[in-house]
Amino acid sequence: MYRLHFGVESRGATSFEDGDTMKLENGSLATPLESDSVATVRAGRADFPILSTLINGNPLAYLDNAATTHKPQSVINRIQKFYAAENSNIHRGVHTLTAQATDIYEEARSALAQFVNGFSVDEIIFNRGCTEGINCVADAFASPAELWQHPSGLISPLSEGDVILVSEMEHHSNLVPWQIAAAKSGAVVKAIPITDSGDLDLDEYQALLKMNPVRIVAVTHASNVIGTVNPIQLLAELAHQHSAIVVVDGAQAVAHLAIDVQNLGADFYAFSGHKMFGPTGIGVLWGKQTHLEAMPPYQTGGGMVREVTMQKTTFAQVPAKFEAGTPNIAGAIGLAEAARYLAALANGGSGPASIDKMRPQLQSSFAALTLVEDQLLAHALQALTPVKGLKVLGRPHHQLPVISFVLDGVHPHDLGTILDSEGVAVRVGHHCCMPLMRRLGVPATTRASLAFYNTDAEIERLIDAINKARSFFGEP
Amino acid sequence: MSLDPTDLYKEVILDHNRWPRNRGRLEEFNRSSSGFNPLCGDQIALTLNVSQNQIEDIKFDAQGCAMTVASASIMTEAVKGRTVDDALKLFDAFHDCISGKLPPESLDDSEEYYALLGVRALPVRIKCVMLAWHALHDALSENET
Ligand SMILES: Cc1ncc(COP(=O)(O)O)c(C=O)c1O
Repeated sequence: MYRLHFGVESRGATSFEDGDTMKLENGSLATPLESDSVATVRAGRADFPILSTLINGNPLAYLDNAATTHKPQSVINRIQKFYAAENSNIHRGVHTLTAQATDIYEEARSALAQFVNGFSVDEIIFNRGCTEGINCVADAFASPAELWQHPSGLISPLSEGDVILVSEMEHHSNLVPWQIAAAKSGAVVKAIPITDSGDLDLDEYQALLKMNPVRIVAVTHASNVIGTVNPIQLLAELAHQHSAIVVVDGAQAVAHLAIDVQNLGADFYAFSGHKMFGPTGIGVLWGKQTHLEAMPPYQTGGGMVREVTMQKTTFAQVPAKFEAGTPNIAGAIGLAEAARYLAALANGGSGPASIDKMRPQLQSSFAALTLVEDQLLAHALQALTPVKGLKVLGRPHHQLPVISFVLDGVHPHDLGTILDSEGVAVRVGHHCCMPLMRRLGVPATTRASLAFYNTDAEIERLIDAINKARSFFGEP
Repeated sequence: MSLDPTDLYKEVILDHNRWPRNRGRLEEFNRSSSGFNPLCGDQIALTLNVSQNQIEDIKFDAQGCAMTVASASIMTEAVKGRTVDDALKLFDAFHDCISGKLPPESLDDSEEYYALLGVRALPVRIKCVMLAWHALHDALSENET
């Protein structure tokens, strides 16, 4: 049996097992220092203007953070400032604005390298988001060897009979690209099953690694449906023992955990800005530099070349090789501001003075944010469980504040509509995880997904609205 | 603007959702169709018995929300016994009312399906209501099976 809290990505109960703890008035456990930062994190709610919107005459209770998070005023201001005062294209031309815009864009790259604790700044590829990041990797591995730059060992294209392991809890965006890569290369996709608790079946995973020529393990850091946090460090260690590379879908983790790609030991890590309080249309693919150097480019065109003749092109170094065309400059800058916002969240003030200070601040922010979220999660589970006819799906060992449930006699769509009429925003449906729905034995779920800015009062409103729906549709 | 759930979930709709009529699958049938909403996973299967251009019997099998189930139940009751042409005419009128091409008054407000027009206020749920009706249209447009 493995310890599930393996490495720094772990959070939850064990994070305050060590050291002195004390009972706070609100019933939470925290060290005295933590209690200050917890209050600071909670106060962060005021930074999000949309949270004071009225929906159907009720204050918005936004419990759909796994779909997208809201943006703090500082991110909104930063984007506005870019367009109002700094707008220019980058990496071309000699005028002042373009030079300045280039600097700010590259500074954003440094901020994101800090955010994931990459080995170097060049490992940060800006793109459209998590989906594009995964497609970029999958497409490379399905491309013929001639297009690769330095294929060697693990980092070479897929061939006939190779196996790609994909977990049963993946979002379609970390499944379909691998199905396509398999179809193009003759490789085969096999599923890592999950247990009834909603955790990855680690015994099965080991067996799959032993029995198959596994080349790639594609797994999510955290489930967008049942909140499971997967033990990436362990999965990567085992994969590497079998010479497989690990591609991590970080879409859900980035708003909740301090990401440390060095510690996780993954080969690729993809995520979207909009799920971590940043803008839409921007994301990051992090990859080990040697991998990125070996891979063929994903898209081609301007900005990613060294020399072009009518016959032949040599490509620029990474990261430029993977950023064809004019990138989402304002998006990258807004995303960096979101990273700075998170670094400042538990530390007061308007953000760290310089990028080199970001890493320790991010760690203390996420530690405090985790305490806040674990309390919200515990409250939500405690409040949902006694509701008659309600069943929470999955009880993972380590869970983000993301909860899926079904309610006897009330279809998720109808529940979603009733909750909306009360101002409570949740997501209903299959959450782009049809194979997981099949595994859970339900066609659809209602999902409440929380962020640090949610409150106990909002959880109570969710419960009240669910009870309203129960009586409306007639208690079964 | 405030949304009152009772505008959408009228009593008759809640009733059809709790006690759906014509639910199941005909053992003998000569028309059938199925519908699927990939956005939400709702599914429906229709079986019909059409003889001499008349819908003698119809049943639906559905997995979906209250709007989907109630709409299917109401639709089957509304078309059972009608001629194919008549049922298709009703489909057209219903479809045009839901989509806003025709005013609600163009449907008979004493009919149960009139209650389904409440969904006009909530465009995200229109697909739920139309699922069974589109399946009906498919079944009637196809040749005998
Ligand atoms: C687990 C997971 N992976 C990937 C994605 C895709 O993210 P995006 O649509 O921003 O590319 C999502 C978004 O819902 C997700 O929840």
